[in-house]
Amino acid sequence: MNDLSQAPVRDAAYNFAYLDEQTKRMIRRALLKAVAIPGYQVPFGGREMPLPYGWGTGGMQLTAAILGDDDVLKVIDQGADDTTNAVSIRRFFARTAGVATTESTPDATVIQTRHRIPETPLHADQIMVYQVPIPEPLRFIEPSETETRTMHALNDYGVMHVKLYEDIATFGHIATAYAYPVMVDERYVMDPSPIPKFDNPKLDMSPALMLFGAGREKRLYAVPPYTKVTSLDFEDHPFEAQKWEECCAICGSRDSFLDELILDDAGTQSFVCSDTYYCAQRVSQQEQGQ
Amino acid sequence: MNQALKNQLSVSTEPLLRVRDLSLLYGLEKGCQDVSFDLYPGEVLGIVGESGSGKSTLLSLLSGRLPPQRGNIGYRDKQGQWLDLYSASEAERRTLLRTEWGFVEQNPRDGLRMGVSAGANIGERLMAQGVRNYQQLRGAGLDWLSQVEIDPQRIDDLPRTFSGGMQQRLQIARNLVSSPRLVFMDEPTGGLDVSVQARLLDLLRGLVRELDLAVVIVTHDLAVARLLADRLMVMRRSRVVETGLTDQILDDPQHPYSQLLVSSVLQP
Repeated sequence: MNDLSQAPVRDAAYNFAYLDEQTKRMIRRALLKAVAIPGYQVPFGGREMPLPYGWGTGGMQLTAAILGDDDVLKVIDQGADDTTNAVSIRRFFARTAGVATTESTPDATVIQTRHRIPETPLHADQIMVYQVPIPEPLRFIEPSETETRTMHALNDYGVMHVKLYEDIATFGHIATAYAYPVMVDERYVMDPSPIPKFDNPKLDMSPALMLFGAGREKRLYAVPPYTKVTSLDFEDHPFEAQKWEECCAICGSRDSFLDELILDDAGTQSFVCSDTYYCAQRVSQQEQGQ
Repeated sequence: MNQALKNQLSVSTEPLLRVRDLSLLYGLEKGCQDVSFDLYPGEVLGIVGESGSGKSTLLSLLSGRLPPQRGNIGYRDKQGQWLDLYSASEAERRTLLRTEWGFVEQNPRDGLRMGVSAGANIGERLMAQGVRNYQQLRGAGLDWLSQVEIDPQRIDDLPRTFSGGMQQRLQIARNLVSSPRLVFMDEPTGGLDVSVQARLLDLLRGLVRELDLAVVIVTHDLAVARLLADRLMVMRRSRVVETGLTDQILDDPQHPYSQLLVSSVLQP
């Protein structure tokens, strides 16, 4: 892992960041439109990437389009820096763009993520890039693409609450735990990619720019800095993020998102932070304190 | 007569729907042409005719689903403002369709969301109108299930576990929950067996009178028309051949085709 954080050598056989300049320009144009209309899904000419759909091709194309020489890239998968997907995407950009990579959240300028927002608060000159599997929040109830587009255009979002209603009727509370729909800037309903609803409040008025890319569906959308993002809910069943009774088994954190680990056949559980950088930070601070 | 009553009378003497020269032809005498009529609040208009006579095309035109080639439809909304249906924006048409209007499909599977529970089906229109209180939605669901004679305990069951008659009644509840003023029905008793048909008709007749609904109902079943409709339009080969009070048309048909239609009803 450490060799990745040292200055890597760019493979000159590839254009900078893999994609050709025209493609990157096309994606940047789409990104400008997405930033201008927060939450609106902009179609773009998605390219083949050297990995399968569902592994982050959408996010990688956005990252390739915005990456510059002096950027510092962090890639996380479910909060972890050291899982397969995160490691291979980081290595991909280290090789094709020669950019510096890091695991440190505050040091990164571009953070590509699958399913988490880092616990460490983001700052204004950072860009989050999300890998999105299904960009259309209305898809579960309306299979037709023309119909969902019309619904977005006409602000016809009544059906969004049907799903939440079903949750309460079945489970007694809103059981949707990830991909929890949000209203962006009081206009467009958006699927925040499969981040846990724990992370939804971090989208609201975030100082960082949030970009979302779906490779298979060839759609991208954005939440500009300091944009109002509200999670949908009912008056008598307001939005609520997940809570744990346990604390992290490694760093003892009580306010981060915890992953459940099953330790043996008897079902013994243990909970650890899903954000590995945050957890490691806390541990090293505790050691210094001692 | 006091002033309030006078006002009420003058309001109800103004039509709700004004249709002029409505035409949409797919071919010679295929579709419907030159249809004009007025529909008044609380009135039930039956459209009868053989298969392919243009009944369903006419219903699609009336309910804003299919733009006509010629003619126009005016609708007087709750505020008394006239709205030209096809020059209004799509957003206005959609709002109308889920608030002041209802549409009961022949096949309940087309009109219901089969993947979500009965309660969610009933609550959908209210949620679309901005009701964000779960208890209120739940209450409306329970209330409407009992109004259409479905056991309220089945509120959390999926429509596919319901019988055909129950699905049709659920579809009616789903449409009526937003207290519409005008409901379109396309053969609402079409796929049901006779005893279920009778119960559904009974229920519909009760609701229509109780809620003072204006209804446009398409049917090929003259018994349904007799039971529900105040006025009938007989269609044949894309044109309206005869129009008048239901009893008048069924007991004393004037046009040869109406005579044929009435005389061809089987008498058990």
